[in-house]
Amino acid sequence: MIPMAFEYHRAASVEEAIRLLEQYGPDAKVLAGGHSLTPLMKLRFAQPAHVIDIGRLHELRYIREEGNVIAIGALTLHRTVAESATVRQRIPVLAEAAFRIGDVQVRNMGTIGGSLAHADPAADYPAVVLALEAEIVAQGPAGRRTIRARDFFRGPFTTALQPNELIVEVRVPVPSGKTGSAYQKYPHPASGFAVVGCAAVLTVDAETCRDVRVAFTGVATQPFRDTVVEDALRGQRADEATVRAAAEKAAEGVQPLGDAFASAEYRRHMAKVYARRALLQALTRAT
Amino acid sequence: MRVAVHVNGRPYERDIEPRMLLVHFLRDELGLTGTHIGCDTSNCGACTVLLDGKAVKSCTLLAVQADGADILTVEGLSQDGRLHPVQEGFWEEHGLQCGFCTPGMMMLAVELLQREPDPSEEAIRHYLEGNLCRCTGYQHIVHAIRYAAQKLRETRESS
Repeated sequence: MIPMAFEYHRAASVEEAIRLLEQYGPDAKVLAGGHSLTPLMKLRFAQPAHVIDIGRLHELRYIREEGNVIAIGALTLHRTVAESATVRQRIPVLAEAAFRIGDVQVRNMGTIGGSLAHADPAADYPAVVLALEAEIVAQGPAGRRTIRARDFFRGPFTTALQPNELIVEVRVPVPSGKTGSAYQKYPHPASGFAVVGCAAVLTVDAETCRDVRVAFTGVATQPFRDTVVEDALRGQRADEATVRAAAEKAAEGVQPLGDAFASAEYRRHMAKVYARRALLQALTRAT
Repeated sequence: MRVAVHVNGRPYERDIEPRMLLVHFLRDELGLTGTHIGCDTSNCGACTVLLDGKAVKSCTLLAVQADGADILTVEGLSQDGRLHPVQEGFWEEHGLQCGFCTPGMMMLAVELLQREPDPSEEAIRHYLEGNLCRCTGYQHIVHAIRYAAQKLRETRESS
C-alpha cells in the first residue's frame, strides 16, 4: 500500500513547522514518528497534500523534572518514556502505559505528542494523561498555550488543537501524598489497541480515599474521566469492598462502542472488570 | 527528493518520491530484497530493519524519514562469508520453516542482544510481540536467540 502523493516539508525548527502549518493549514498533516499517520495514509484514509516532518526537531525530545511536574517533550519516544528512570520512579503508571503501546518497533518510533494529537479513541496515553490531570502545551503563531487534558479530547481523532498549532510538551504533575496508580488494559489480540483501558490514580489518607481519578480509553468514541466511579469512592473507606462496589458503576451513562470484536454490552462489562483491577492495584500501591 | 543513506555500511543516494516507503526503497531502489513485506500494516514485523541501531518496521517509515541514517538489513549480518551468531542460531536450532518472517525476526534479535546480552526465555518472548511467525510456534525461534546470546557472550569473552 502506497500513500497518495504529497509535498514533503522538513521543518528545521518549531517556528518553521508552525509557519508551514499556517501556510498549508487544513491541507497539511504533521509527521512526528509517523506510526499513526503513515498507516492512515497507506490506507488512504488520510490524503494530506502537504506533510510537515518534525521528526528531526531533537529539541522536542526530553524528560525534565521541574519541581512537582515532569515535562516531556512532544517528540519523546514511547520507549524513552517506558524506560525513563525519572518517569518510572515518579509516575510509574505513565511508564507502564507507554510500555503497553504497540510493540518494540512501534515504541522505537512513536511519540507522545504524536499519539495525543492523533487522539485515537483506543490509544493508551489518553486515559493516563486524563487520570493524571496532565496538561498539553501547544505552540501556534501567537505563542504557547496550555490545554488541560480533560479539555483536549473532543471526539474520535479530534482534539482542541487548532490547525496551525503543534504540541510541544506534555506536563504531568507528580501525584502527592500516599498515592497509588495503575493502568490496566485489555488489548485487542491483533492490533494491540485497547478494547478497554483503565487508568486509576488513588490518594489515600487515614484509610480514606481522599482523591480518586479514573479514566477510560477504548470504551467509547473518546477517552473520558469516569466521574461516577470517582464520586462513589471519594471520601469513602479505602478498602477492597468499597473499590469493588465503585467499579461496578463503571461507564454508567456512557454509550460504549460496539464492533465485530466486542459488543457494547461486552465493553461495558469489561469496563467494570478493568476499573476494578486498576483501582485494586492502585489501592495496593497507595497503602 | 534526494535521500542519502548508509545501508550495511555502503553509501547510497537516490532521487525518490517522498511517499516511497523505506521497505520499497530498500527492495526496489537498492535491490536488497532480504527485507520482506508481510502484512504491510505494521503488525507482522517481517520488514524489521535497524535504523541507527533501533529496530523499526520499514513498511511504516517513509524513506525520507531515514535520510542520513545508518541502516542495517539482513544482508549486512554476515561478515567475510561467516554467518552472524543470530543467523547461526536460526540455522542450528531450526528457527525457521518457510523463512518468510526470518529476516525480521533476526533483526529484532540483533537489537535485543545489543541491549540485553543474556535475555531470559520470557524476555525474548515478550520482545518478539511485534513479530509474527505462522510456522514454528516460536519455540525454535526462542531457542535460536538463546543460542545466539550464548555464542555472542563467548565471542566477547574470548576477545
